[in-house]
Amino acid sequence: MTERNPKEQERDATLRLIYTTTAAWRKNVAASGPEKYTEAFIKKQIEEFDLGKRHLANMMGEDPETFTQEDIDRAIAYLFPSGLFDKRARPMMKHPSEIFPEQRKIQWGEDGRPFHFLFYTGKQSYYSLMHETYEKLLNVQKHQDQLVAQGFSLQKEKKNLVGSRWLTKTELEGMLLEKLSDDDYSRFIRLLEKLMTLPCSDIEENYIKKFSKEIAVQLQKVSTEPLKYDEQGVAFSTGEGVRKTSRATAVVYDNGTGKITVNGIDILRYFPVLQDREQLLFPFQFLDRVGKHDAICTVSGGGRSSQAGAIRLATAKALRSFVTETEVEFMRQAGLLTVDPRVRERKKPGQEGARRKFTWKKR
Amino acid sequence: MRGRRGRAAALPGSGGGRGGSGKFGSSSSSSATEMAVPRILRAAAPRLYSGLPAPAALTAAAARPRDPEDKLLAEPLRHPDFFKVKNLFTLKDLFDARVHLGHKKGCRHQFMKPYIFGCRLDQDIIDLDQTMQHLQLALNFTAHVAYRKGIILFVSRNRQFCHLVESTARECGEYAHTRYWQGGLLTNAHIQFGPGIRLPDLLIFLSSLNNVFEPHVAIRDAAKMNIPTVGVVDTNCNPCLITYPIPGNDDSPTAMELYCKLFKMTIIHAKNKRKQIEVFQELQSRQKGDTSRPVVAEGQA
Repeated sequence: MTERNPKEQERDATLRLIYTTTAAWRKNVAASGPEKYTEAFIKKQIEEFDLGKRHLANMMGEDPETFTQEDIDRAIAYLFPSGLFDKRARPMMKHPSEIFPEQRKIQWGEDGRPFHFLFYTGKQSYYSLMHETYEKLLNVQKHQDQLVAQGFSLQKEKKNLVGSRWLTKTELEGMLLEKLSDDDYSRFIRLLEKLMTLPCSDIEENYIKKFSKEIAVQLQKVSTEPLKYDEQGVAFSTGEGVRKTSRATAVVYDNGTGKITVNGIDILRYFPVLQDREQLLFPFQFLDRVGKHDAICTVSGGGRSSQAGAIRLATAKALRSFVTETEVEFMRQAGLLTVDPRVRERKKPGQEGARRKFTWKKR
Repeated sequence: MRGRRGRAAALPGSGGGRGGSGKFGSSSSSSATEMAVPRILRAAAPRLYSGLPAPAALTAAAARPRDPEDKLLAEPLRHPDFFKVKNLFTLKDLFDARVHLGHKKGCRHQFMKPYIFGCRLDQDIIDLDQTMQHLQLALNFTAHVAYRKGIILFVSRNRQFCHLVESTARECGEYAHTRYWQGGLLTNAHIQFGPGIRLPDLLIFLSSLNNVFEPHVAIRDAAKMNIPTVGVVDTNCNPCLITYPIPGNDDSPTAMELYCKLFKMTIIHAKNKRKQIEVFQELQSRQKGDTSRPVVAEGQA
């Protein structure tokens, strides 16, 4: 059994030619995927880089110990000036971890045995992640069972999920260094959510946090400015308004008689048209404070109507400080505090105006 | 090679327990000797010629010191049960783990008839005597493969036991595949994984069906690639292409835990045995080295 008979050896030594096409043994460069690097190769590259860095420092007359990457970049740009447009085409000297992408290095040792126990599945990082997560799930369930056996009731707290989101598919791919399909990603997220919904999942919170990110909750709370007081002790507040090309500022004083001045001129003189004066009075009318405030406004740019609109916005903003929060909310809903975004639309070529087309003649 | 293995699979119907021990030795040894050396070297060279690899490799092999290597690899093959797998389990263990319970009569596969003891209330009962023999054969073979540092791949597509199988594989230092099987994994490995990859030397199926109750693709692929397989076959499975089928239940948690435990124990035991014998041989060679020096000096003098 141990020593093969000479006859057997002779028989096996006769080589039988198997006919294959050239296509079978020519190396399929396209299908073999990205070039793979061994650990030893990367290590050697790192050593060469460090040595080269020191040489470069000596050449430039600087201290090799404190030679940073920026110094390297500057030195290379000085020694090898290049007029090439693309920055990636110019000579560069970077650490091997930036040049050789952190892709799959050869995944097996010298004896041919792969390092990872799920190597033969093809997606080792993804499946090992699923395996780990499922293990955490089983852990939590075991803990739950223990609690139930001891007689504690399980509390189902509703966790506030507003401030956090799961990692996106690209972020997860970056974490695992492996391509994922949409199905894989959704399966993983579903498993994580299942884990989160269990009552005792607090045990594995640290693990879950690795896969969630906090979103900055943008609160729309615009805090109103406090009232200011002038020399006589009268409360006042300022506001700025914009409409088309007009810019207005308004200073609203308390304990007034309802006098409104625009650019030093009374509104009756400045705005002959009733419509504009109505616009100015609208904020006061809305808050039932028609005769109670004085306003001094300045305005520039635009025409009659747009200046009126700008001042209206400015006074409304100034009145926020005199008024309760609910009333501010009412003002906002009435549209007093919104900047009117309408601007003059440009004229287009081939048309008479912005929208008006030339007269269409049938013949 | 394949013919011999195919015949071994069909034996249980006729053989029974009688020529059992002799058959353990012959089937396992022949497959083992042919397995370890050729496949590794074959994988490296392009397949232009069949039979043994290039003469250069052969002469290199001949140049190596043969005695210790021979002893290491040949010694286990002299005994029918070198790793004493018979002591790992008893018939009662199998019964308690509900290994004898099969599926209903309607699900029965035609080729599983020889392994079925009977049918009670429409449920098939597997013959545990035959299961014992088959399990011993399979465990013995696994032990030999592990002893010779072969790569073992656990395959199971049963979602219920996916985690169990993966943990078992991890704990004994071998590999597992309980996920979706990509078509060209074994047959197109050089392109999928890269050149120079080493394929598994043994596939262990803890459930030989996939999620749609069809035979797992890996059984056919392993047969194509000349990779021996060990598989737990339930009454609705096809035992045909599996080298060492183990008729038994693959759906109960107790049964699966028993199988995982047994395989893990055999693999770890075999690996430890190997380490032991290697260390022992090294000690022996060192002693010989020490004792040989004074003899040589005397001779020279």
